[in-house]
This record gives sequence, C-alpha cells and structure tokens, in this order.
Amino acid sequence: MEVKVWRGDATGRFESFEVPRQPSQTVLDVVTHIQRHLDPTLSYRFACRVGMCGSCAMTVNGTPRWTCRTHVDKVAAAGRLEIAPLANLPVVKDLVADMREFFDKWARAKGQLTPTRTRADEFAVVDPGSPARREADAGIECIGCGVCYAACDVVKWNRDYLGPAALNRAWTLVNDARDGGQSARLHAVAGDAGCHSCHTMMSCTEHCPKHLSPTRSIAGLKRATWSLPPEGEKP
Amino acid sequence: MSARFQARLWVAQRVTAMILAFCVVVHLATIILAVRGGLTAAEILARTQGSMAWGAFYSTFVVAVAIHGGIGLRTIGIEWLGMGRAAGWVAALVSASLVALGLRAVVAVVA
Repeated sequence: MEVKVWRGDATGRFESFEVPRQPSQTVLDVVTHIQRHLDPTLSYRFACRVGMCGSCAMTVNGTPRWTCRTHVDKVAAAGRLEIAPLANLPVVKDLVADMREFFDKWARAKGQLTPTRTRADEFAVVDPGSPARREADAGIECIGCGVCYAACDVVKWNRDYLGPAALNRAWTLVNDARDGGQSARLHAVAGDAGCHSCHTMMSCTEHCPKHLSPTRSIAGLKRATWSLPPEGEKP
Repeated sequence: MSARFQARLWVAQRVTAMILAFCVVVHLATIILAVRGGLTAAEILARTQGSMAWGAFYSTFVVAVAIHGGIGLRTIGIEWLGMGRAAGWVAALVSASLVALGLRAVVAVVA
C-alpha cells in the first residue's frame, strides 16, 4: 500500500512510503511501521494506543481522526492513505502539531474547577440523576485529542475562537454544583471568541471519536449566557 | 467590545429572526392575495393609506430587518472579510440606512 506522509513544518511536502498491509491494521500501526522500519526520523505523537490519551490525532485522507482506533480498512479507499498533522494548529514537524493554543484556550474558557470547599469539608453530594449532572456527564468523556478543533470551520476563520473542546469543557463545569466560578466562566465563553460565534455546522459532533456533541454543549452555553449579568456579579 | 454586548447582539439576532419569520409569512400571504385581482398602485394605497395596523406592521418589519441584517453583515465582515472592529461600524451604518429608507417608504404608503 502506498502511504503519503507529511514531512517538515508548514512549508513541508508529502513523502511516499510502501507499507505492507496487515489484518486489523490501524493508521497508527502504519505510521509506527514507517518510523521503525523505513525512516527513523519521522516524528509523530502517541501514548496509550487504545483511545484513552488523545495524543495520536492526525489528518487521515483529509479527515481528522484518532489514528490508534482508525482501521486502515475503513478509511483507505482504493488502497490510498494520506497522513498529515491536525489542521488549524501550527506544525512542529512531520505529524506533530503544536497543541499549545488548543490547551491555552481551555484555560481561557475557565476550564478548571473553582473549588468552593476545602479538604476539611464534607464531600459534595451530587445526585447522578439530576439534570445538571446528566448534562455534565454528556460532555465529560472528552480526551482532548483536538479532532473537533481541527474539524471546526469557525476556528479556521477566527483565530480567537475558543473552539468546541474548550467550550464543551466549560459547559461541563457550568453544570458542576461544586464550582464557584460561574460568572467569570460565562463571561469568558460569551461573545465573538466564544459560544456565540458557533454556526452550528456540527463538524465537531460529526468527527468526535468519543461521540460527544460539543454542538449541544455550546447551545447550552448560549442559553446560559442569554442574559449575562455585568462582570463580577453572580449570575 | 464586551462579551456581554456581543452576547446581546446574538440575542437580538435570534429575537429579530422570530419576528421576521412571522412578518415574512404575513408579507408573502398579502402579496399572493393582493395580486389575484391585478396589481395597481391605487389598490395598494387603498389598503395601506391611513391604516395604523399596516403602518405598525411594516415599521416593525423594517426595524427587525435592520437589526437582523446589520448583525449578520457584521459577522460576515469579521469572518469572511477580516474587517475586525470596522465591521461593526460599517454594519451599524447599513442598519441606520435601512431604518431611514424603510421607514420613509412606510410613511409614503401609509400617510
């Protein structure tokens, strides 16, 4: 099978390799074969190989995917495979994208819990069946792979846009009864760089390997910021 | 421009969309009914002149169009033309023009 792999930084080019087909072969297996047997200078990122860590996402035949759980059979139409780094992010080298802006935006969206209790207090009791907890559960399994970010057209148009993953994370915290930073978070996720820029095209939801719906989370944020109080006030 | 103001623009966009959905249906139904007996200026003016109801309806329509269109143009200016903050001022100018021209037209057929 002929495999074209991106080499170099943003000004690089595709290089062709001949890789033997194996049963149940994943795209990550293909990349690993190239690095171990054909060209040890190929750079790529992976860790768990089982769809948990979110580090191996790449552009496979033009579509962002988690490569460790993507079988060659499913994506290599006509035996052709073209592997590139994730879109919408700077390229470090070969298949490695610079994820800094992706994760910096999680911080900008106030994606960290603002605690309201100390270790001296009792545990918060959260009913798993409560509507808020169910909303949080729907978005909580994000592995931070960046596939949604690479698939999002609004990210492409507007470099300030926080993106689906960061907004999805914010929505899980908006529904977290233990969190005390809601007003600052809602201000951080509102407006042109935030949830209100989403065009509801649902590329994030279409491509999410965990089958989450960041679109749904973003819609929730739009409702939550419907009447945004002035900064500093409790919503 | 604050996130709060941008959030309000989004709310205004959605609310005016609801108003427009109603207004466009009434407007189209009126056109379809009105042209059945032939379309003349005299017939239109006979329906609208002195009518507070039609005046209020089309005034609402004009204002909703100006707000909805202006906000949409602002977004297009930012996302597709890379205009940044200038997009807001250009869109506001277009909106103000739409209000002025539209209300002038309403006055012309109602007064």
